Amino acid sequence: MTTRHTSINRRTFIKTGVAGAAVLAAPAVLRAQTPPTIKVGVLQPVTGAFAMDGGFGRVGAEMGVAKVNAMGGIKALGGAKFEMIFADARSNPEVAVQEVEQLNSRGVAAIVGGFASPVCLAASQAASRYNLPYIVDVGVTDQIIQRGLKNTFRFSPGFSLCTRTAIENLIKINDAAGKPAKTIVLVHEDGLFGSGLAKMMAEELPKHGFEILDSISHPTPARDMSNVALRIRSLKPDLIIPSSYYGETVLLCRTLRQQRVRAKGIFAVLNGAASNLRFVREFPDVAENIMDCNHWHDPQKPAAIALRQEVEAAGKPWNYNIALNFSDMLLLADAIERAGSVDHEKVIEALASSTFEGHLMPYGPTKFVDGQNMGAAPVMTQVQKGDINVIFPEEFADAKANYPLEI
Amino acid sequence: MYSMSIVVEAILTGMLTGSVYALVALGLTLVYGVLHIINFSHGAMLAAAMFAVLMLNQVFGLDPYVQIPILVPVLFVAGYAIQRFIIGPGSHGKDENILMITLGISIVIENVLLAIFRSDIRSINTDYSFNVFEVGPFIFSQARVFGLIGSVVTAVVLWIFLARSDTGKAIRAVSKEKLGASLVGINVNHVYATTFGIGFACLAIAACLLLPTFYVNPSIGGTFVLVAFTVVVLGGMGSIVGAMMGGLIIGVVESLSGLFLGESLGQIGIFLTFIAVLLFRPAGLFGAKA
Repeated sequence: MTTRHTSINRRTFIKTGVAGAAVLAAPAVLRAQTPPTIKVGVLQPVTGAFAMDGGFGRVGAEMGVAKVNAMGGIKALGGAKFEMIFADARSNPEVAVQEVEQLNSRGVAAIVGGFASPVCLAASQAASRYNLPYIVDVGVTDQIIQRGLKNTFRFSPGFSLCTRTAIENLIKINDAAGKPAKTIVLVHEDGLFGSGLAKMMAEELPKHGFEILDSISHPTPARDMSNVALRIRSLKPDLIIPSSYYGETVLLCRTLRQQRVRAKGIFAVLNGAASNLRFVREFPDVAENIMDCNHWHDPQKPAAIALRQEVEAAGKPWNYNIALNFSDMLLLADAIERAGSVDHEKVIEALASSTFEGHLMPYGPTKFVDGQNMGAAPVMTQVQKGDINVIFPEEFADAKANYPLEI
Repeated sequence: MYSMSIVVEAILTGMLTGSVYALVALGLTLVYGVLHIINFSHGAMLAAAMFAVLMLNQVFGLDPYVQIPILVPVLFVAGYAIQRFIIGPGSHGKDENILMITLGISIVIENVLLAIFRSDIRSINTDYSFNVFEVGPFIFSQARVFGLIGSVVTAVVLWIFLARSDTGKAIRAVSKEKLGASLVGINVNHVYATTFGIGFACLAIAACLLLPTFYVNPSIGGTFVLVAFTVVVLGGMGSIVGAMMGGLIIGVVESLSGLFLGESLGQIGIFLTFIAVLLFRPAGLFGAKA
C-alpha cells in the first residue's frame, strides 16, 4: 500500500516536475540566446510645421533608448533591451492618431513624445483606448492632464505653471535688481498660446506694481515687425515681453535692434526662439541678454552636460527637447523595471507611483498627480556670450542674471 | 494718439515693405496680362528662389545682391521650361487645366523643398542686415531701402523692355490679341514661355532683395503671394505701373492699419481695400476698362 502510494506520488511528481521545468526552462533557453526586446513607440512630428522640434525630440528619444540599453536594459525582465519604433506625426493630430493605432498594433509597451499640444492631446487620447501608457514630452496645454486619462503622464511643466512661475521669477529678478523696471509692453502672437499668455500677464503684473503700456498682437506668420518696433520705440517701456513663435520672435528682435529700440530687458515666456541655440548662433548680437522662462536641462547635472557634449560632438544642435525626451525614456525604463512587466496596467501603476531622480531636468524626484509631474518647473534662462544659461532659480543657475541692461 | 513723426515713419516703412509686394506682384500681373491665368505656383517658386539664395550664400558665401545676375537667368530658364514643356502641353488649351497644373507644380515644389530643407526657419546674417540710414528723426533699414530701389529699377526696366524691345512688343501683341499675333507670325508658345520666364525672373530679384531682412521656410511663398494677388487686383490685372503703385499703396495701408488697429487687425485693411476695389473699380486703378 505504502509502496504503491509512494510510486504514484513519485510518478506524479516527475510528471508535473518535468512539465514545470519545461515551462520554466523555455524562456531561460530563449534568454540565453537573445534577450527579449521591449518595443517603445516614439511619436514625433518630423515633417510639417513642427519638424524642427520633432527632430530634436527624436534625437533625445534615440539617445535615451541607447542609454537604457547601455545600462543593461531592463534587469527585471532579464536585461531586455528597448527597441525604438518610430512614428512621424507629420505635425497633424489626425495623423498622430493613425500612428498611435499603428504603434499599438505593433505591440509597443508605451509611447513617448508628441511635442505640440494638439498632437499630444489627440495621440494620448487614442492611446487611452488601449490603456497604452503615454508620456507627453513637451506639449504644455493644461488640457492634456485635465481629461482624466489614466494612461497619460506629463513629466514637464504645463502652461499655467510656466506662466505663474514666469511672473514670480520676473518679480523676483526685478526686486533683486532694485526694481528698475516699472513699465512693460507685451508683444504676442494672436493665437491661443500668445493671446492666453498676454492676457494672464496683463491681469497679474499690474497687481505687482507694473504698468502695462500696451499689448501688441501680431499674426503668424508676420511679414513685418517695423510697426511693432515703432510703437515700442514711442512707448519707451522698461521691459518687453514677447510671446511668439520662432520666426516672429527673430524678426521682432532683429527689427528692435535695427530700429535701435533699447529696453532694460527682454523677458520671454515659453518662447520659440529665446531658448533655441540656432537663434543664438545665427544672430548672436541680437539674441544676447534675452531672458526666457522655459524648459531647460539642469546645468548642474554632469549627465546633462555629458549628453549635451555628446549631441554637439555629433554635429547636432542642443535643445531642451533632447533633454526632455532622453529623460522620458529613462523614466519609462525605471517604471518598467519596477513593474517587472510590460503589462499596460502595471506600467501605468509604476509610472503613477514613480519617484524617479535620474533625469536631466531641474525638477527633483517625479511625483505624478493625475498624470502631471508636480515636481516639474521651468527655469529662467538668459543668452549670455553666445550660449543659453540658467540664471534662476539659484540652485540650478550656471550664470548670474545680466539685468537691468544699460539703455 | 501717435506723434506725427511716427505716423510718417510708418508710412515710409510701409512703402519699403510694399515695394517687395510690388515686385512679387509684377511677375504675377505680367503672366495674368498675357496668359490670362493666375499662376498658383508663384509663391512656391518664390520660396524656391529664396532657398537658392540661402544655399548660394551658405555654400559659396555669395552676397544676396551679387546673386541677382546669377539667379535671374536661372529662374528665367526654369520659368520658360515649365511653361513650354509642362503647363503648355498639359493644359490642352483650357484655362482651368492651367490652374490645376500650376497648383500641382506649387505642391510639388513646396514638398521638394520640405524634403530637402525640412520646415526649419532659416535666415542669413549679412554685414549690412542691421545697418540703417538715419534721415532726420527717421531710421530706415538699409537692406529694405535697397529693396525699394531694386523693385523700382526692376519695374522701370521691365516697362521699357515691354514698350521698346521686339520681344516686349510681341508680348503686348499676344496679350491684346492672340490669334492676330499668331497670324502676323509671332510664335505664341514662345511668347507665353518667355512671359512666364520673366515672371519667375522677377521672383529671383525679389528673393535676393528679401533675404537680407527676412527668413525663409518652404511655405514662405503664401505669406507674400496672397498680398501680391491683392496688389494685382488693386493695380489692375496686367498693368506694370499698377502693380508698382498697388504694392506701395497696400504696403502703406497695411502699415497704417497695423499701427492704429494693431498688427493682427491691421491685415483687415488690406482686404477691405481689396473688396472696395472690386466693388467700385473692378478693373483696378491702372487696369484697362474691361
